[in-house]
Amino acid sequence: MDERPVSLALKLMALTMFVFLLAPLIVVVPISFSGDSYMMFPPSSWSLKWYPAIFADGKMTSAFWTSLLLAFVVTVLSLLIGLPAAYALVRLKPRGSEAMSALFTAPLLLPTIVLGLAILIVFSRYGLLATFQGLVVAHLVVTLPYAIRVLATALATLPIPIEEAAATLGASPFTVFRRITLPMMKSGLIGTTALCFLVSFDEVVLSLFMTGPRISTLPVAMYHHVEQQADPLVASLSVLLVILTLLVVLVVDRTSGLAKTFVK
Amino acid sequence: MSAAPAIATPAPVSEARRSGLALVVLLIAPIALVNALGFLVPVLNLARMSFYEVEPTGAMREVYTLATWLTVFQDTFYAELILNSITVSLGITLLTLVCSYPIALYLHRSSGTWRTILLVLVISPLLTSAVVRTYGWIAILSESGLVNNALSAIGIAPLRLMFNKTGVVIGLTEILMPYMILALLAGFGRLDPRVEEAASTLGAPPFTIFRRIILPLTLPGIALGCLLCFVLAVSSFITPKLLGGGRVFLLATEIYDQAIVTLHWPLAATLSILVLVIFGGALVLYTRALRAIM
Repeated sequence: MDERPVSLALKLMALTMFVFLLAPLIVVVPISFSGDSYMMFPPSSWSLKWYPAIFADGKMTSAFWTSLLLAFVVTVLSLLIGLPAAYALVRLKPRGSEAMSALFTAPLLLPTIVLGLAILIVFSRYGLLATFQGLVVAHLVVTLPYAIRVLATALATLPIPIEEAAATLGASPFTVFRRITLPMMKSGLIGTTALCFLVSFDEVVLSLFMTGPRISTLPVAMYHHVEQQADPLVASLSVLLVILTLLVVLVVDRTSGLAKTFVK
Repeated sequence: MSAAPAIATPAPVSEARRSGLALVVLLIAPIALVNALGFLVPVLNLARMSFYEVEPTGAMREVYTLATWLTVFQDTFYAELILNSITVSLGITLLTLVCSYPIALYLHRSSGTWRTILLVLVISPLLTSAVVRTYGWIAILSESGLVNNALSAIGIAPLRLMFNKTGVVIGLTEILMPYMILALLAGFGRLDPRVEEAASTLGAPPFTIFRRIILPLTLPGIALGCLLCFVLAVSSFITPKLLGGGRVFLLATEIYDQAIVTLHWPLAATLSILVLVIFGGALVLYTRALRAIM
């Protein structure tokens, strides 16, 4: 089939489009080694000065730690809240479980700009704006649907006879869950952890509504930086972030196959 | 103990059913709380907010009025804003489809390690912040960027590629491509290489094969990808704001400005509901299109 003339044309088109798709990620790398004080491509001189500049920038470092802690807390809570819910919906199948699943995943259907505004208006009334707790709840609204989906899929594909065997042999329900169900869900759990962490760490539109001078997250700090000045700082930061993301993906892919989470 | 019947055997006893229900409530309560606090209440409140009265001083009162809705429908600025958002998003969707189709088709035909590598290349931009990718586009499109430096090197006057619609369209097209590619791939299931081979054996030239066989078979994937990209384009905010530089007016950027800069929440709420209406319209069109295709 590859011998057909359409293949060469297709290959060329696909290659061109791959270049287009990856172009913004590729140009960021040389710019991060720029010696210029403002962004230009190609840079007129080279240096490593923008990497230490990230760590000298107080706003960026404090935003980074906020984002890291936020993503960590949000991920842990997503698992703690999402796992029982997924278990209830998939295994105990209460009446209306489908409607509940729809409701719990509905926040994903809403554009984040609308969700952000809606949360801003309500949270402002309770003094939750520009607070860590407010950010946690806002992020949970978007990470929980992912958690529910991945965990429900993982639960639904487990072979139930093994659990039944354990129960027959006298294991209590909680022991069955802890010793049998949970270990068998390993890849689903890793997938959920990575997904929730990355979604929270990268979330920018919701956070834009929820942050202020007192507290900011890394994507928001980067957004404001790019909006106000065009220097190579964000390029160096981007390179570090891309490496961080690739590491997470690589680790997860080795343990469970993240690609499967995205492409069934 | 209470979960025993639910796990081990189907629960035939009514008492077991009741204790099962208590367990369900307990397990679901936390997510229901987050959902109510962060989604249901805010969204319902948003709908209500669009009917609140705003005094000339800018103060908001909890008095219901249709004033904001009337402004949106009567002021030509908002009519243009809505129309502009829809047409720009449609253009971006179409362009994304054209750019993504070759990649999706190529991915569909490749196999093994090569396919995995290409898939990772498609997914990795998705995992990279829109801020980072938009920043990359600034490096390419700005006055001292890649394109304009290359143009001036061969003696062509610089082009204005940023702070206008061109920049927004280019940037968003690239940002949305991974979604389109994955949606297309999901819809390529019916595409069987043997059918193409049969057509080829019977003497059909490549373009005819594409037009008469590949394209019709992949229409469901195209419809899905287009719905997804249109919806994401209408609601995207970061890229239009940074590449549009405040000179490109779209619904999403206007919602943010009204909410954060002008603090006119009823207007922002009204525009938000209009975005949801556009979403609904896109979904209806998608369902119709799908019924026509299948």
